[in-house]
Amino acid sequence: MRTETTVDAPAAASKAEAALSPTRNVLIVGVGGQGVIMISKVMALISQRHGFEVKQSEVHGMAKRGGIVFSHVRFGSKVWSPTIAKGDADVLIALEWAEGLRWLDYLKPETGVFISDTRKIVPPFACRNRQFGAESTYAKETPREILARVSNGYALDATGMAETLGNTRAANTILLGMLSTTLDYGEEEWLSVIEMFVPKGTEVINRQAFLDGRAWVERARHDPAFGLADAEAYEPPVLKPGELEVSLDIEAAWCKGCDICVKVCPERCLKLDDKNIATLKDPAACTGCRVCEWLCPDFAIRVTRTPMPQAAE
Amino acid sequence: MNIREAARKPTPVEELPRPMMGNEAIARGAWEAGVKVAAAYPGTPSTEILEAFTEYSADDVTAQWAVNEKVSLDVAIGAALSGVRAMASMKHVGLNVAADALMSQTYIGAHAGLVIVVADDPGIHSSQNEQDTRILAGFANCPVLEPSDAQEAHDLVKLAFDISEEFDTPVIVRSTTRLSHTRSPVYVSPRQEVPAKAFVNDSQKTVAIPLNARRAHPKLIVREEKLRAYFEASPLTRWEKGETRYGIITHGTPYLYVKEVAPEVSVLKLGASYPLAESVVRDFAASVDRLIIVEELEPVIENAVKAMGIQCEGKAFVPRCGELSPEILRESLARAGLMDTPPAPPDLGIMPLVRPPVLCAGCPHTSSYMALRAIDAQVAGDIGCYTLAAVEPLRSIDTTVCMGASIANAVGMALAGTSERPIVATIGDSTFIHSGIPPLIDAVYNKADITVMILDNKITAMTGGQDHPGTGRTLRGEETHQIDYMEICRAVGVEWLKKVDPYDVGTLYRTLREATEYKGVSVVVGERPCVLDPVRIKGEPLSVNVDNCVACQSCMNLGCPSITWTDQFHEGHRKVKIDTATCIGCTLCAQICPSDCIQPVNA
Repeated sequence: MRTETTVDAPAAASKAEAALSPTRNVLIVGVGGQGVIMISKVMALISQRHGFEVKQSEVHGMAKRGGIVFSHVRFGSKVWSPTIAKGDADVLIALEWAEGLRWLDYLKPETGVFISDTRKIVPPFACRNRQFGAESTYAKETPREILARVSNGYALDATGMAETLGNTRAANTILLGMLSTTLDYGEEEWLSVIEMFVPKGTEVINRQAFLDGRAWVERARHDPAFGLADAEAYEPPVLKPGELEVSLDIEAAWCKGCDICVKVCPERCLKLDDKNIATLKDPAACTGCRVCEWLCPDFAIRVTRTPMPQAAE
Repeated sequence: MNIREAARKPTPVEELPRPMMGNEAIARGAWEAGVKVAAAYPGTPSTEILEAFTEYSADDVTAQWAVNEKVSLDVAIGAALSGVRAMASMKHVGLNVAADALMSQTYIGAHAGLVIVVADDPGIHSSQNEQDTRILAGFANCPVLEPSDAQEAHDLVKLAFDISEEFDTPVIVRSTTRLSHTRSPVYVSPRQEVPAKAFVNDSQKTVAIPLNARRAHPKLIVREEKLRAYFEASPLTRWEKGETRYGIITHGTPYLYVKEVAPEVSVLKLGASYPLAESVVRDFAASVDRLIIVEELEPVIENAVKAMGIQCEGKAFVPRCGELSPEILRESLARAGLMDTPPAPPDLGIMPLVRPPVLCAGCPHTSSYMALRAIDAQVAGDIGCYTLAAVEPLRSIDTTVCMGASIANAVGMALAGTSERPIVATIGDSTFIHSGIPPLIDAVYNKADITVMILDNKITAMTGGQDHPGTGRTLRGEETHQIDYMEICRAVGVEWLKKVDPYDVGTLYRTLREATEYKGVSVVVGERPCVLDPVRIKGEPLSVNVDNCVACQSCMNLGCPSITWTDQFHEGHRKVKIDTATCIGCTLCAQICPSDCIQPVNA
């Protein structure tokens, strides 16, 4: 068994660089399909070319299905653990806003650099509460608040920027450009490695995306107002509190037990009773959406609601 | 101490390492060891092992998907007994399916090298449990090797073939999710062809009848001791001398965490956890003031060390559940009083967003579960992407036990007679072939009153899109016979049988209603290809006419990741919008929308 796994590099200078280097930790996070793995592959290869031992750890399986994706990249003269410990990441790159927040405590508290896209991908699960005025459970923290809490942070609408370049999928390359400003690898080296991992035909856009991300950080460092522009433009989820009186009345004599209302109710709060008449089995779940009222062929259902002033359109 | 140095056949090593995922390194090691036959059924985190064989020539190694793990092991056994090196790979729960073969084969032996790679899933990233393969290996008297990283995985798989032949036993190489899915540098060598032996031709050895098994069992005990002696002398059992205030015995991936967290202490790294290298353990224990066992999941080493009468501590401090990590190990050693308690990370006051994995936009399973929920079916589910329909908003699966369990679970539910609801088993195409056909025969034979829905998305989807007999293609993409589920159902005696398109919501509802009203076994085959594999499907996206949206949330009940809330309201409820970048235009939402406000973008 290898007691010492060193990586031989073509350049002697690189060897010297690697020999003295402590382990560096880069954590890349996002949701399925955003290109987390592409960033980590680029990181791994360029670091290996510099003579570092590299470990890159990810978990497959649920990744493609809109679930959480994360990849740990560690490099240095000798790397043991494949995973980064909490509070030990030098850089945290988030391809999605709430995912960045999830992993924020992995950053080194004093020196860690936080780089995040401000774009929100709101999962269906966050939109479960349909009561009047209810809010999505998506993260309420704004980039402005978070940037104030971390020692070094950059938040920009990378997806929007990539959209302007003509391909939203290049957002990860913009973030890679931002990341590149925290490491001592040359611009051309980055570009040559990136070219190996992007789809054929997208090399030009990705090259520009990388350079734009890099330039953005350079400019933000000198111009704090520029750096905060996207953070300020970010809109937190709107909160519209309020209450609504809902009542649902079923005219039993008109109901023929066709079952339509039971099937279509989005909250599944209706049922047919033992006399085959529609009844409200779960009044607390009824949001007064009126679907049953509209679709009842016999006009047997009436929904009454008392709308609050702020709900008026 | 290097396994390559210790190997009997030294081979030239490439000068530069290649970055390899643990699973790729396992396949590479097997290929270098001259493996001729490899078989597997896909299962996270083991899937990529067999896929990696497609990198190598079909003349070198025949690699093929088996219909299930038992079949993969049986194929490998047949090849090994016929004189060529053979391998089966599977996830931890796959070994349960293959256990029947394993339990006999350890009595029979190997002849040519027979290696079983089993990938455990500590932390249950994508499984139904986190059982520890080492226990099953010990139960079967099968030696188990435990690599820590990709290089070791590569080296140990090669060594495993040698051990298998030298000791005439199948050998298990145990990986874990962390090892299988971590890329690290691997020094590789060329392949060494191993000349095929003749077929074993020794029926006393290879026919497991009582007479022969009675003779084989004592030999198994002798072999266990020989293997123990081998591991005691092998560089696999590595004593790294350090401070003796306390010493750690560890294995596999936890070794890396030990080196990360406590690099100064004496470590005994066990490259083989069964049979235990007892004499080395005894010497190591005597050399340190306090003995700590750091192992992931079950206290296998700890119990064996305690059984030797040696005092040690392990699970008193190190968690028995879940995956270890540097921080968990640090906390464990702090609990043991061997380290300062690590400072608590600063509380950033963030409530992490709950983001469960969801069925893809356009997934053909979506409407099936929506319909099953609408007819209020009691659903026995199975293993596959469709377990994602176990949570809101689709929540419609009542049970999921293990591969192929759904149909027989439904038979039992119907027999119990405690439910007024229609009883439906749902099973994917690959799972049906894996272990769903015998229970379907059982259901027909015993005149069960159930409905079976075969969710045929024409791929093994959950594991990333692998072929199987229902796709008509092999691992290497060659055309082969394609199974017809309707023919299978007819052949086993199913009389009520219909095929539907899950994108046709109305027909799907009606068909399921009719099927559940039928007394007896009815089968509905829902046929629609997976939107991701083998080709990513992208049709014309839909959009919401916001003026007409009444915010009823019917479409939100699909759990489609392309549909989300807007900041516009209707009577206090949020109107919806569709992300055209991810919408594939399946039209399910348009079909259920009561106000007809969902239309193609260009309509």
